[in-house]
Amino acid sequence: MPAVSKGDGMRGLAVFISDIRNCKSKEAEIKRINKELANIRSKFKGDKALDGYSKKKYVCKLLFIFLLGHDIDFGHMEAVNLLSSNRYTEKQIGYLFISVLVNSNSELIRLINNAIKNDLASRNPIFMGLALHCIANVGSREMAEAFAGEIPKILVAGDTMDSVKQSAALCLLRLYRTSPDLVPMGDWTSRVVHLLNDQHLGVVTAATSLITTLAQKNPEEFKTSVSLAVSRLSRIVTSASTDLQDYTYYFVPAPWLSVKLLRLLQCYPPPEDPAVRGRLTECLETILNKAQEPPKSKKVQHSNAKNAVLFEAISLIIHHDSEPNLLVRACNQLGQFLQHRETNLRYLALESMCTLASSEFSHEAVKTHIETVINALKTERDVSVRQRAVDLLYAMCDRSNAQQIVAEMLNYLETADYSIREEIVLKVAILAEKYAVDYTWYVDTILNLIRIAGDYVSEEVWYRVIQIVINRDDVQGYAAKTVFEALQAPACHENLVKVGGYILGEFGNLIAGDPRSSPLIQFNLLHSKFHLCSVPTRALLLSTYIKFVNLFPEIKTTIQDVLRSDSQLKNADVELQQRAVEYLRLSTIASTDILATVLEEMPPFPERESSILAKLKKKKGPSTVTDLEEIKKERSSDMNGSAEPTPVNASNVSTPSPSADLLGLGAVPLTNSAPAPSSSGSLLVDVFSDSSSVAAPLAPGSEDNFASSSDLASSEVVSEEPADAVHDADELIHKFICKNNGVLFENQLLQIGLKSEFRQNLGRMFIFYGNKTSTQFLNFTPTVICSDELQSSLNLQTKPVDPIVDGGAQVQQVVNIECISDFMDAPILNIQFRYGGTLQNLSVKLPITLNKFFQPTEMSSQDFFQRWKQLSSPKQEVQNIFKAKHPMDTEITKAKIIGFGSALLEEVDPNPANFVGAGIIHTKTIQIGCLLRLEPNLQAQCSVLFQMYRLTLRTSKEAVSQRLCELLSEQF
Amino acid sequence: MSVHMQFMLLFSRQGKLRLQKWYVPLSDKEKKKITRELVQTVLARKPKMCSFLEWRDLKIVYKRYASLYFCCAIEDQDNELITLEIIHRYVELLDKYFGSVCELDIIFNFEKAYFILDEFLLGGEVQETSKKNVLKAIEQADLLQEEAETPRSVLEEIGLT
Repeated sequence: MPAVSKGDGMRGLAVFISDIRNCKSKEAEIKRINKELANIRSKFKGDKALDGYSKKKYVCKLLFIFLLGHDIDFGHMEAVNLLSSNRYTEKQIGYLFISVLVNSNSELIRLINNAIKNDLASRNPIFMGLALHCIANVGSREMAEAFAGEIPKILVAGDTMDSVKQSAALCLLRLYRTSPDLVPMGDWTSRVVHLLNDQHLGVVTAATSLITTLAQKNPEEFKTSVSLAVSRLSRIVTSASTDLQDYTYYFVPAPWLSVKLLRLLQCYPPPEDPAVRGRLTECLETILNKAQEPPKSKKVQHSNAKNAVLFEAISLIIHHDSEPNLLVRACNQLGQFLQHRETNLRYLALESMCTLASSEFSHEAVKTHIETVINALKTERDVSVRQRAVDLLYAMCDRSNAQQIVAEMLNYLETADYSIREEIVLKVAILAEKYAVDYTWYVDTILNLIRIAGDYVSEEVWYRVIQIVINRDDVQGYAAKTVFEALQAPACHENLVKVGGYILGEFGNLIAGDPRSSPLIQFNLLHSKFHLCSVPTRALLLSTYIKFVNLFPEIKTTIQDVLRSDSQLKNADVELQQRAVEYLRLSTIASTDILATVLEEMPPFPERESSILAKLKKKKGPSTVTDLEEIKKERSSDMNGSAEPTPVNASNVSTPSPSADLLGLGAVPLTNSAPAPSSSGSLLVDVFSDSSSVAAPLAPGSEDNFASSSDLASSEVVSEEPADAVHDADELIHKFICKNNGVLFENQLLQIGLKSEFRQNLGRMFIFYGNKTSTQFLNFTPTVICSDELQSSLNLQTKPVDPIVDGGAQVQQVVNIECISDFMDAPILNIQFRYGGTLQNLSVKLPITLNKFFQPTEMSSQDFFQRWKQLSSPKQEVQNIFKAKHPMDTEITKAKIIGFGSALLEEVDPNPANFVGAGIIHTKTIQIGCLLRLEPNLQAQCSVLFQMYRLTLRTSKEAVSQRLCELLSEQF
Repeated sequence: MSVHMQFMLLFSRQGKLRLQKWYVPLSDKEKKKITRELVQTVLARKPKMCSFLEWRDLKIVYKRYASLYFCCAIEDQDNELITLEIIHRYVELLDKYFGSVCELDIIFNFEKAYFILDEFLLGGEVQETSKKNVLKAIEQADLLQEEAETPRSVLEEIGLT
């Protein structure tokens, strides 16, 4: 029999649930459910009107069936009917059904909203509560449209009951999360902030969540919440454990509220007012002190609640990153937790210490716990805790302890859980590279990685070791010797064969003097692995063989014999067959000189961001690898931002058809823009191909592209073709990023000039259309088109122009611009007109870009770096490393930054070669503070072609950082 | 967002879902997938393991009470320990309301379990932490219910309709 049910209502429901529970099989259950569904359907359709109670019961049964995991496709209407019942329980079940089974049926939404509206207006707090719960549970856009204006009023009205205020606050929060654009800021915001002072702690608890989320988006508007939150927090932490009555939880005063307040404070920098700041520091100290006091209860709830507040306080301390004393105390506290008997605390301490490790004030303090963390790696029984230990070791690693940490990670890797092996491999590879004092250690480490966990060594890892060996001649001999030795193992991992094949092909000559590793021995060793390898590895080995032909003429015939064998020349795989044929011909026909040129040693790879790092970021999400941002700062030479290498099939690029003449084969790679003069290495060249070198020929040619696009306009577009040639090559726009006036477009018929001005979030643009011919343009219709996405963020108004433009005449059109919110794309200007009987149709992008709504902000060096630090979450920062397209000229660069719209801050960056700027993007809905820093890499390479810039944008909004960075990168 | 809970699931040791509350919009299909995956993951964990785990880009906080697992998903920046105590406070609320709550109470009175949860957590945020205030709200509603109920027919009393 069912357990006693309180407020005992629906017996029929209890019986039904019992029946379901008694079903012996899934089939029996489904049968019972179908019977019930048929019954309910007939009741709903029946002639007899159902009373409220029955309706409630059946709706509840449907809900139960749905929660069992079955689909429900009827009953919504009956549930909506219940909403307007005067009986509380019927209404309540109706709302529950709607909350769980929302249906986007628009007709119903209208009815639901109507019922909600009535309940909100009822002034009955219990009905209002139900209605607000429903809005908060559903949170749809339609509901936001209907109620986002009403709820703030309920929230701040003087006569609203406390419980209703609580629901209203969280209801508004939900709507703000789903549809921020529909929640208008206004008078109510300041009154909401004052809810932090409310007498009712439940109201404060609910309001704090709302304020925190609003403050994240509108920090200025909610600035006053800081001092209010500090004083509230202070009153809580200093209260006696009984003061707060029912808000004290296991002797901890208001833990939920404390955590929320500490969270709110993390939206802001340390308070500027010394009194507030002092009070906050006291609070934080009190919380740290309490952690040392003996527990007031043995219950785990007591320690959990207390430590929840402590961990949140530590998060705030780390966020402020300004009080060395507190940071070190936090670190010591976490150090105690590392050895706590509660697994949960050890886990959290490891996690929290990871962030402490990245603060300069506490990095050293964190390092003192290295032995404990290593021990955790060995003894923790829970893989998720071990994973945290790996993360922490990685975060605390620096030059002083790298050897130890890498060794321990390698040790652990032997027995590590499969689920985290790949990540450990990446971490070891990164640390080994970052802190390699001596590259022999690096090579050993990577080979160890392949030996221990070869299956988890991704391509990025072995690409990287090859890049480094090629670029560092001091390690090449050692690398050749080491891979040769490693290859002696009877069963070695295929990744080792790849690395070995590549390295011996390049540097096998460095160890060939030793009779134990003579050319023939090297070749036989590699070839003994050949048949066990996959096709790509075999392809790579064939390239190694042809390189051997050049390095070791004495074994040329042996290699030719292998290439000539049926298993190569007639291989079923086209790529292998092609390589064998070509390499064989090449070795037969080409002179020694040509061979030496074609098969020359690989030139150094351009330095780039480690693709391993990119991989780890992708794997872990950006937030977990923030500490590695330093890597870039440490290696000034590492100035190439290209992403992972993209493998391209060699035959697509450099290999002509098998019948092509052989000199052509040699010539192809030379005409290729890739720096490698070797076709044999082409697979690898492609694998490493630098995306920026591909882009390079395009970028500086903006003028050329422009000219060619106007040719296009005069030859092809001047036709009846309705197809639009959109001149959206962003070059047109890039010309106008840093200036407002100029010629946008010109062909043989038409010239389009622009003049524009912008102020805050408004702008006006004059477009001048000049008829360059002596004939009239008829039906002249320029239209400005915004994509759907753009329409919501950019409001453009234009007036039509005279449809006739006389020969030689110029007409003018005004566009009024209002920026509503930040945006990515540019609007398109489409122009159609008749010229001499043919319809002309062309489109160009209008240079209305986000930076036009920039207002410069001057600030001191101290302010700049303080703000810089505040915007340090990985989502706020976007960085681009790119090659200079123009000669580096300080004055021109400065002018461009000012033209971009930001203030140019002089004497702010400690490095005088760098440029920093600051400003605010004004949109109607929000203002976004932006900081930028441009670092030219002067000392890198001597050639102009290799001059690099690193541009960093930090703003409070990821999309804005991204867009501004894109726009500005094109300018230098 | 001190705690922005994404969802809360209650399931039995046998993997039967007893209560689900979603604070982010997801399709039914996605909900079922998540539930399946998480029930499996959590049930596979051993008793002494820690109560937190990373799952996709969320943090899972779970705790077992007798035959029931309570499992919450929170965001990366959220506080795990306070979430653990959210679970505990909810269990206390159920316990107080039903008087020594057991799994059967939640099965047969699932609607009450939802109502209590809504008074405590709204939109994934803690609304009211005072046990008294939450239970007061629920009991008021029960009172309204008793006043409103009218006598049922005999058939209804024995549960035949």
